[in-house]
Amino acid sequence: MKFRIHRYNPETDKKPWMQDVEVDIDSSEMVRDALLRIKAKDETLVFRHSCGEGVCGSDAININGVNGLGCLTRLSTLKEPIEIRPVPGMPIVRDLVVDMEQFYKQYRAVKPYLIVKDPEPEIEYQQTPEQREKLDGLYECILCGCCSTFCPSFWWNPDKFRGPAALLQAYRFLADSRDQATEERLADLDGPYKMFRCHTIMNCVNVCPKGLNPTKAINEIKKMMLKDMI
Amino acid sequence: MSLAKRKFDTLVIGAGGGGLRAALQLAQADSSVAVVSKVFPTRSHTVAAQGGMNAALANVLPDNWHWHMYDTVKGSDYLGDQDAIEYMCRAASKTVIELEHCGVPFSRMENGGIYQRPFGGQSQNFGGEQAARTCAAADRTGHAILHSLYQQNIRAKTHFFDEFFAIDLIKDEAGFVLGALVLEIETGEPLLIEAKTTLLATGGAGQLFRTNTNATINTGDGLAMALRAGVPLQDMEFFQFHPTGIAGKGMLISEAARGEGGYLVNKDGERFMERYAPHAKDLASRDVVSRSIAIEVQEGRGCGPNGDYMHLKLDHLGSEVLDKRLPAISESIRTFLGVDPAKDLVPIYPTAHYTMGGIPTNRYGQVVVPVDTGEEEIPGLYAAGECACVSVHGANRLGGNSLLDIVVFGRAAGNDIIQFLKENHYHRPMPQEGIDQAMARLARWDQKGKGEPVDQIRQELQTTMEKYCGVFRTEEILAEGLAKVLELEQRMSMVRLQDHSKVFNTARIEAMELDNLVDIGVATVTSALARQESRGAHSRVDYPDRDDANWMKHTLYYKENRQLDYKPVRTKPLTVESFPPKERVY
Repeated sequence: MKFRIHRYNPETDKKPWMQDVEVDIDSSEMVRDALLRIKAKDETLVFRHSCGEGVCGSDAININGVNGLGCLTRLSTLKEPIEIRPVPGMPIVRDLVVDMEQFYKQYRAVKPYLIVKDPEPEIEYQQTPEQREKLDGLYECILCGCCSTFCPSFWWNPDKFRGPAALLQAYRFLADSRDQATEERLADLDGPYKMFRCHTIMNCVNVCPKGLNPTKAINEIKKMMLKDMI
Repeated sequence: MSLAKRKFDTLVIGAGGGGLRAALQLAQADSSVAVVSKVFPTRSHTVAAQGGMNAALANVLPDNWHWHMYDTVKGSDYLGDQDAIEYMCRAASKTVIELEHCGVPFSRMENGGIYQRPFGGQSQNFGGEQAARTCAAADRTGHAILHSLYQQNIRAKTHFFDEFFAIDLIKDEAGFVLGALVLEIETGEPLLIEAKTTLLATGGAGQLFRTNTNATINTGDGLAMALRAGVPLQDMEFFQFHPTGIAGKGMLISEAARGEGGYLVNKDGERFMERYAPHAKDLASRDVVSRSIAIEVQEGRGCGPNGDYMHLKLDHLGSEVLDKRLPAISESIRTFLGVDPAKDLVPIYPTAHYTMGGIPTNRYGQVVVPVDTGEEEIPGLYAAGECACVSVHGANRLGGNSLLDIVVFGRAAGNDIIQFLKENHYHRPMPQEGIDQAMARLARWDQKGKGEPVDQIRQELQTTMEKYCGVFRTEEILAEGLAKVLELEQRMSMVRLQDHSKVFNTARIEAMELDNLVDIGVATVTSALARQESRGAHSRVDYPDRDDANWMKHTLYYKENRQLDYKPVRTKPLTVESFPPKERVY
């Protein structure tokens, strides 16, 4: 199968270039398998990967113009030559590896942890199955960054707009019946940028490899804000 | 050029559940703690744990920690240390509740409590009816726990060095471990981290085997660092093969699939586990189920065109159970096999999964080595999680005890470190010789010219381990295997890199990982060849029985001269009566 792969080594290349590579591989395999096959022959090709089953979130890349995980994208679903680039909008470190710091910073900024102010009971906090169900579609995020790095609002304002992944996490805690920081969380997201830069372009929803829906989460936060105001 | 240095009270190497639980304990005690991880923390392999974490909460069925202890001792085939097992089982409920308070989104019961499911090797009342002891967040429990622990560490302001690779420990002449030399992967620059205490929490070495459930990062770096620091590795011959890896590929299908009512069938559609474990059937211990599958295949009852796998039957569970309790594995089965678990049988085969052996520690997480007739701690060195061997898993780990082990002993290590820091106020001077040795280990990869590629040796190592040190072993096969891994060890010196750039040089990282794996491979085969009995996961066709008179003891393997030593199993629990070895039937 034919591939075109983004290559850039800051120590030797003045600018990025595209490398044409042909790999003898069955199309039932995944993009990650092809990259590993290429790396076995040319160890200078650099990309992140680890679990190979879509749970560690290491191998977010841009495949034929769309963000996705290399380990979950089947070659047979792709048009050749398969063009593989780093996820867009982030500083490129080398080949397919980008600097994710801005993404992580936005994640940390939404206080992505349970906040409880009451004294801790000696047993678990009680939560009904219905309350727990509200976290489904939120807690499963693997922080791969496919969504935020495919979001035009995040490209324009990566330092000010939290981005879909961080906002999904913000809502994960707002939706948790155990959390007691609703007001602070909502107040933190107010203002023209942090959340309101979302223009419901829905790229995030289309590329999430776990089938999650950050746009819906953002709408839910907006509803909570409105309710809070009234 | 001078070497960059940083100083902390504690250096934690590895950011899985064990490392992060320890770091949280330390950060919350206002101790300065640095966590070094070769991947961003939530990409550590704890994230892939599916089924759950054992604790006798008794939310679903009657239970208590003592029954859990009995099951764990029996599961370990009586090689587990009963003081550590009592400690872990007693601490389990409290530890789960702490995690829940940290935010872990456990699945719930109608009454609002944590949902628990049955898992393999669990019983009520010391070998009676099946228990339901495994606390679960659907089938993403590891993900839920790892993310929550990372989140709480953000809150506690733990200092993270993400994408830094640990090269080697630094030790002084008095035997104190004083930190480590690490490499910043992005820049290729080395960094010396000085610490009064160092905790190894680097996980297992599943990448030793060709077909495994492990992530690419599971190369046992901490195990090899310990070996090089003169610490022996304990019980390395015990490697767990998980009964249900996706056939030919290795992705894990959690034991939760059987806990929720799935079962195994051979090509005749027979539920064959009824023959091997009449009472527990598909929920017998993992070593028992894996061997049964291998025997079924050997005797010609395997499924598929080559008769080389078994089927896992889930289609009778109904979409409600599959969607609510097993959503992630259902998705995995659809993605990687292209079959629908609600309608089709799922091809599975035993797959390398878990390193029972590891760095010998006591129940405080202190690394211990034999001295004269007793044991002594290595000052400043701790280990927790899969890289450690406490030993709570002995010869075979029970499902659901791994997440428990990492959190219980990560926490215990954190607490003991706080004590150690109270008595050791100051950083000891770093010996230049130790730093030079570690730097040389890095510089070795600058050698240019023609040589063998890393990938070639890694593939040979993985196929050798699979073929010569798999589910069934004999003297002859292991001896051949040892010769082969020793040859690979020799060939490592001929390996040359083609990529000599500094920035994000993953070829260099993979070379150092392979170097680690080869050391662990030699340790594993050497230990396996010496143990002339069958116990837990170590199954010797030429010595089919357990031999308590001669072999109820822990193996210790030293890198120097590949020397072996042994130490007794700690059969005396903390407060209760000992469980003496008896025949193990399920």
